[in-house]
Formats: sequence, C-alpha cells, structure tokens
Amino acid sequence: MADETVIGIEHVTKRFGGFVAVEAADFAIQRGEFFSMLGPSGCGKTTTLRMIAGFEQPTSGRITLEGKDVSRVPPYKRNVNTVFQHYALFPHMNVFDNVSFGPRSRKVARGEISKRVTELLEIVRLADFANRKPGQLSGGQQQRVALARALVNYPSALLLDEPLGALDLKLRQAMQLELKRIQREVGITFVYVTHDQEEALTMSDRIAVMNDGHVEQIGTPEEIYHAPVSVFVAGFIGVANLLPVTVDSVHGSSATVTLPGETHSPAIVSGPSIAAGQPATLMLRPERVRLSAEEPSGSGARLTTKIMQLTFQGPVVRTDLRAADGTEIVAHIGPEDHLPAARPGDDIWLTWDDDAARVLPLADIKVGGEAYEIQEMGQVHFARSDA
Amino acid sequence: MTTVERALDSPAAVEVQRSFPPPWLRRAGSWLLNIYAGLALVYLFIPIAVVVAFSFNAENTNFNFTWDGFTFANWTHPFADQGLVDAFVLSLEIAAIATAIAVVLGGLIALALTRYRFRGSGFVNLFLVLPLTTPEIVLGASLASLFIAKTYPSPVPDSRGFAAVLIAHVMFCVSFVALTVKARLRGFDWTLEDAAMDLGAGPVRTFTKVTFPLMIPGILAAALLSFALSLDDFIITQFNSGDQTTFPIYIYGAAQRAIPPQIQVLSSMILIVSVGILVTGTFFGRRKERAATS
Repeated sequence: MADETVIGIEHVTKRFGGFVAVEAADFAIQRGEFFSMLGPSGCGKTTTLRMIAGFEQPTSGRITLEGKDVSRVPPYKRNVNTVFQHYALFPHMNVFDNVSFGPRSRKVARGEISKRVTELLEIVRLADFANRKPGQLSGGQQQRVALARALVNYPSALLLDEPLGALDLKLRQAMQLELKRIQREVGITFVYVTHDQEEALTMSDRIAVMNDGHVEQIGTPEEIYHAPVSVFVAGFIGVANLLPVTVDSVHGSSATVTLPGETHSPAIVSGPSIAAGQPATLMLRPERVRLSAEEPSGSGARLTTKIMQLTFQGPVVRTDLRAADGTEIVAHIGPEDHLPAARPGDDIWLTWDDDAARVLPLADIKVGGEAYEIQEMGQVHFARSDA
Repeated sequence: MTTVERALDSPAAVEVQRSFPPPWLRRAGSWLLNIYAGLALVYLFIPIAVVVAFSFNAENTNFNFTWDGFTFANWTHPFADQGLVDAFVLSLEIAAIATAIAVVLGGLIALALTRYRFRGSGFVNLFLVLPLTTPEIVLGASLASLFIAKTYPSPVPDSRGFAAVLIAHVMFCVSFVALTVKARLRGFDWTLEDAAMDLGAGPVRTFTKVTFPLMIPGILAAALLSFALSLDDFIITQFNSGDQTTFPIYIYGAAQRAIPPQIQVLSSMILIVSVGILVTGTFFGRRKERAATS
C-alpha cells in the first residue's frame, strides 16, 4: 500500500449549537485501504463521515480530498460516494436506473454508462436483476445495489455508514467477506463507519476508535486489540480485564505495578502519561491468563482468586473469578490450557506472561456525556451517573 | 402446521371451539352485518341513483320532480340549455386554474413544512387549518367585504367577479392541497435527496428526478380533491361571484323557477368522470402493488 493520502482530516471540529460532535480530529486515510471509524453511538463517527461526504461542514479545520481542500464543496461536486445505512435506493427506479443515476448526473456518455453499470452489477453479482425495482429485492440484494450505485462513479473513496446494520447476523457475516472481496477487486479506498467492533476487526486495514467526539486511537486491528492506549479502547474492543493498580517504576516501555493484594507484576506501558507512584489500570485479555490449582513457582505475576462460575462456550470455557479485594476477572480457558479440575468456590491461582499485561492511564472517560462506570471487571458498562 | 392441527383435534380444543359463539348465532350475526352494510350503502347511494335516474326522465313540467317516463332525449341534448352550459364551462375553468395555482403553492408549503424546521412553522400549520375550520359563510362574507371595500386601492369600486372567485377558491384549495401533500410526505425518506446529491445530482436534478416523482401520487390526490372542492363550492362563490354564474349558482337559481333535466345529465357526467378516475386510480395502484410484491 503506497503511503498516499486520499482523505485528510485536519484539526476538524464540528459543533451543533453548544454540542461538540467532533473535536480536533486529525488523521489521514491512505489510498486503497479499508479504514474503519469505530465507536458507540454519538461518538462523532457518522458526523465525520458526513463531513467527508459534504453533508456537513466543519466548524473549524479542513478536509482535503486528493490534496484539495473540499471543506466548503457541496456533496454533488465531491468525488466520494456513500452507501447509506438504509440504502436510500430510489424506489421509483429499477436497479439499472438506480445504478446509472450517478454517471447520468455527471454527464457520462450513454455507451459508457451502460458499460459501467453492467460491469458493476457483475461485480456485486446482480446482473440478472437490472429490471427489478428495489421493493422486489431482498435486504442483502438492496445492499449490493447500493454498493454498485456508489461505486459506479469510480470515486476516490467509498463511504459506508453502518451499511450492514439492517441485515440479520448470517447475512451480515457473509456481506462482511463480500465487502472485503469487492474492495480488493475495485481497489478503492473504503471508509467504514460501525459500532460493531467485530465487524471492524474483520474487515479493516486500520481502525480509528472514537469516543465522545475524540479519536482515541488509530491503528491496525492487532495494535488496537493488543496495545490499546486507553481503558475505553481496551473495553470497547473485545473483552478486557481492567485492574486498578499503582505504578512502581517505569523504564521506557516497561513498567512494574502493584496489584490489589500487594503482589507485583511487570507490564508494558501502552498508553500515555504513566508515571511512577501514580494509580493506573492494568489490562489483561481473558485468553492471555492461565489458572493453576497450586501456587506457581518462580517470581512471575500472580493473583489469588476464587472461582465464581464456569461456563462452557464451545471453543473456550469462560471462567468468572473474584480476587481477594472483590475485583472480578474473566478468563477464557481453551483445551490446550488444561483447566484444572475446579468447581465454583475453589481457590485458584491466576498467572500471566509478562508481555500479556498492559498498563493504561486511569479510567477517566465519558461516553456521550454519560459517565462510565466500571462495575464488573472484564466488561465496561455504560451507566448513567446521577452526579 | 401438523402440531397445530393435532392440538385442534384434541378434546379440549374442540370444547373451546364449540363453546362461544354457537354456530346459529354466528350465522345470524353475519346475516345482520350484511343487511346493515347493505342499508348503509343504500343510504349513501339513493341520492346519486335518483340524480342518474331523473336524467332519463321525460319530464313535462318545469320541475324535474315527477317521473313521467323514460327517455334518452336529455342525454342526446345535454347542452340544450345555453345558460347551464356557460355556467358549467365557467366552473370547470375556475376549478382548473384554482387547482393549478393551489397545487404549486400548497405543494411547496407542504414541502417546506415537512422538509425544514423553521421559526413560525407552527403558525403556518395553524393558518393552513383555519380556512377548513372557519364556517364557509363567515369566509364568504369576509371575502365579499374585502372585495367590495372602498378603502383599498382598486380601479373598480366593486372587484367581485371572476378574479375574486378565483382568489377565494385558491385560498381554501391551498389549505387542502398543503395538508394532503403534507400527509403523504410524512414518512418520506429524505436521505434519498442526500443520496442523489451524493451521486452528483445538483439541487435541481435532485428535485426533478427524485423528490418530485415521489411526490406525484400525493399531488394527484390533492389536485383531484382541490378540483372537486372548487367545482362544487357554492357559499363562498355566491358571496364573491358578482356577475359571474358558476354551475352551483346556476342550479340554485334555476331551482327557483325550473329544473331542466340537463342538470341531472351534467351531474351524472361529473359522477361518471369521478368514478372513472377513482377506478383507474385504484386499478393502477393495485397493479403497482402486485408488481412490487411479486
């Protein structure tokens, strides 16, 4: 992938009256990549997409497309196209007319139009449906018409606003792979908005995790999953055990922390502003911890816990644990981990490798104006605070 | 399916099925409903049937009230009464022009009210409903005093007449059109406009190719309603017509002296045209629906 910026978001802030929808967003989307904006509803991801499309103008900052400032250019003069959440197919036109609407609006020659439309309908595998009306198509087919319609103008980037939200789970998973295939086939930059972390992980080359109008982190799915920079990102992507700790010492990217129960653990510094003596949060992914019935030898990190519940989930056994100070921890135990014969109520040792622990800044985050409350380790809950 | 059938076969289910209402009562009930519905239809259609029937009356008196035998004579000479024809043409003319103006104005009002949020939209809504809720007699009288008023600059002291009737009709038709179109636009998917612009269509092309075509059914319904309301308006027209005689005014006047059977003939024609439009509308609507669901 050539490092070439297609869309530049430069210090963009968008306010609606007193409400700040997007604050100081600053990133670049590269040519040919599958870029996702991921976050809970109200995080500003759709507003950012609408600013790229031209439906909203940034309050400050600028948006560039192919190097040109398009902040004030109306949508019909921008070479980006959108797949809308509910498809927005024109109900009075058949599939062919829907798909050819773009090139006809752009005054493309007639012969060229039908060539392009036919090509796109082949790509989305709807060549036999050109004369159908949208009302005669299934949800998945409508979805693919919307895709063909948006791609037929050969845009610099394709913007997708939660396009799979209206489909059922099976179809959604099939369409995820389909989207990825189409993206590879046409080689166009995809900018994908979703609140579904699994969807973002499955399809994206890079993900921007957004929260409360801020971009929390941008990175590959692996970076975001393994090395989140904030408690929000850790909790939003996958399942994360978040333990309150105190930082003992920091040396570059490695640190030592004190766990509840006065045991110590080495950890990798993952987020900014981690300093010795300060409280912080330790993140452990459930599949990176091990259980043992006997006290582990050596001086590695450990925690004594009590088993609360064992749940068979197919590939893994979900083990709910409680530490001595009451923090709850989830461990996913696969068949290779040799789950000791344990039952709820048993005491058990929790251990992990040094590189499995990440130390993050203390949770001080808000979602859409509502305070976050970490009620149960392992999951981050959205809770309305009355304060 | 099979489990459901088996459940119904079970003694308990049969018991429930038989308990209430007993079959004789159910049969009686459906008979009663049919009779009731038939009577309601008769009540609705008798006046219309009388009009159609008397258009074939070979009347001897000035008043087409008594049945004097069947004839096609009235239908073969529907335009025998020149005054009636003139009035009829005038009414059609006024209805057509008033509808055309009302559809443009009312359609735009409806679009503005549903598409945008703006200061004062509540007042606009209120003003739209006012002409419908104000008694016609009040509206008619008020308009008449407006058109006669000496205080406002007018080349003629009394400006009642064709233009006055037209203005009055446009006024109440705008309300009906705006409310009808607005009702149809509720639930309109405005992201379709975003989609059109996103694909490269400017505001004009977006309106002509996407918004307007989707508004047409609502606009047609509103136009038919508006045309019918204008055609048969009597009270407001009576106050403001001056020397102009519309169809309803002519009939009212004629009824004092004589009722030529041509009145029934022309009324029947209007009826046939309306029913025709209704039937074709329903037919095409059904066909479209079937095409959409197949």
